[in-house]
Amino acid sequence: MIKTDILIIGAGPTGLFTVFEAGLLKLKCHIIDALPQPGGQLSELYPKKPIYDIPGFPEVKAGQLVDNLMEQIKSFQPGFTLGERAKDIERQEDGSFIVTTDEGTKHHAPIVAIAGGLGSFEPRKPPINNISKFENKGIHYMVKDPEQFRDKSVVIAGGGDSALDWSIYLADVASEVTLVHRRNEFRGALESVDRVKELKDMGKIKLITPAEIVDVNGEDHLESVSIRKNNNPEEDFTLETDYFIPLFGLSPKLGPIADWGLEIEKNAIKVDNTLDYQTNIPGIYAIGDVNTYPGKLKLILCGFHEATLMCQSAFAKIHPGKRNVLKYTTVGGVAGFDGTKKEAPKSVIRSID
Amino acid sequence: MRSAENPFRLNSFATSNIVTTMDVKITIIDRDGTAHKVDAPTDMAMNLMEVVRSYELAPEGTIGICGGMAMCASCQCYVKSDTPLREKEDDEEAMLAEAFYVQDNSRLSCQIPITEELEGLVVELAPSEE
Repeated sequence: MIKTDILIIGAGPTGLFTVFEAGLLKLKCHIIDALPQPGGQLSELYPKKPIYDIPGFPEVKAGQLVDNLMEQIKSFQPGFTLGERAKDIERQEDGSFIVTTDEGTKHHAPIVAIAGGLGSFEPRKPPINNISKFENKGIHYMVKDPEQFRDKSVVIAGGGDSALDWSIYLADVASEVTLVHRRNEFRGALESVDRVKELKDMGKIKLITPAEIVDVNGEDHLESVSIRKNNNPEEDFTLETDYFIPLFGLSPKLGPIADWGLEIEKNAIKVDNTLDYQTNIPGIYAIGDVNTYPGKLKLILCGFHEATLMCQSAFAKIHPGKRNVLKYTTVGGVAGFDGTKKEAPKSVIRSID
Repeated sequence: MRSAENPFRLNSFATSNIVTTMDVKITIIDRDGTAHKVDAPTDMAMNLMEVVRSYELAPEGTIGICGGMAMCASCQCYVKSDTPLREKEDDEEAMLAEAFYVQDNSRLSCQIPITEELEGLVVELAPSEE
């Protein structure tokens, strides 16, 4: 069981900055995120896009902002449970919470801060009849263990980086790799596109374009897929395969959090914006893009503000009756949990003779 | 056909002669098949996805998820009129190549800026990916 003061759900900019504000109040944090890396949509969707409305940064690339936040919170030693999705929450008798992920990892904290952004990123599933019937029975939306496909035949669909990269990787593992894409053009890194062409010329990847998978067939396990070429049903043909891996990127879903008994409005969690961004369940807060209140703006800078106020409230809950005075970092510096201390150099006062 | 209240000119000078910029009339068919004739402002640097959201013609969280960067296809629509539209750029083209329910007349509405040429445009929202 992982124990912490504030359990943060979501490693986007708001979740990361919460660690800093909590750290100033000597509260420890642990973060859960479904993605394998921190940064949320900034890392997953647009790491190379410049952002222009972060106060004090005339321009900063999304990926750089995440790196900066990670650097800023380093000395507060946050724990991370990455690649796992927060699934269940159980309120304990003492008012604290146990949050369990889809992999079964348990976290115990008196305060839960949901900084879930648009939700957890899940693979986009193509609208094909019966596709759910073969999930994990021949159809996989992500490659977790490539060895699973050793000496098997694999059909991959998609035209982005992950479709290209896995086609390249599995060309050396699987007995047969077929890449199906709706266009002749691929939008991956140039070297990946070139490499796929090389492997195609070497006969190690079979390329079928423009085409798409229109049907999946089999008894208990997937046995074949139906492929439509040139958008023409008359050209449909069946290809036998052990596995089908549709790789159409990820899209965010609010997911299991929607069933936690929180008040939801317009796909967002209602919070008290007059005070501390607490939800209808005491001890659970929602900050950043995931919350809603009158006048809500989904901006990173608003998430930072919400995180700051939320930490003050969390402090009062964890230390009832304890007086807390706001300390400026210019005055008090930043004392990390790792023993480091950052502070302004003392000014030198000396008389001139 | 429903006429929705214009959220952009609620208590403005819209009826006086101070306003010189024109709104355009656009018909948006929602995911349930209901047509809404709405006024879209040409002077607010808006795109079609933002117009759909401001009139709340699709539930929040099901449209414009990426914020308008052509990085998701949640704002996909089908163009039903022969209104001249700006050509697709590479990123819109690439996203549509991976979107679902794509037709020949598919566009990402976030990539369509509201201009005077859009008068009379008719679009239908594509189904959400669920």
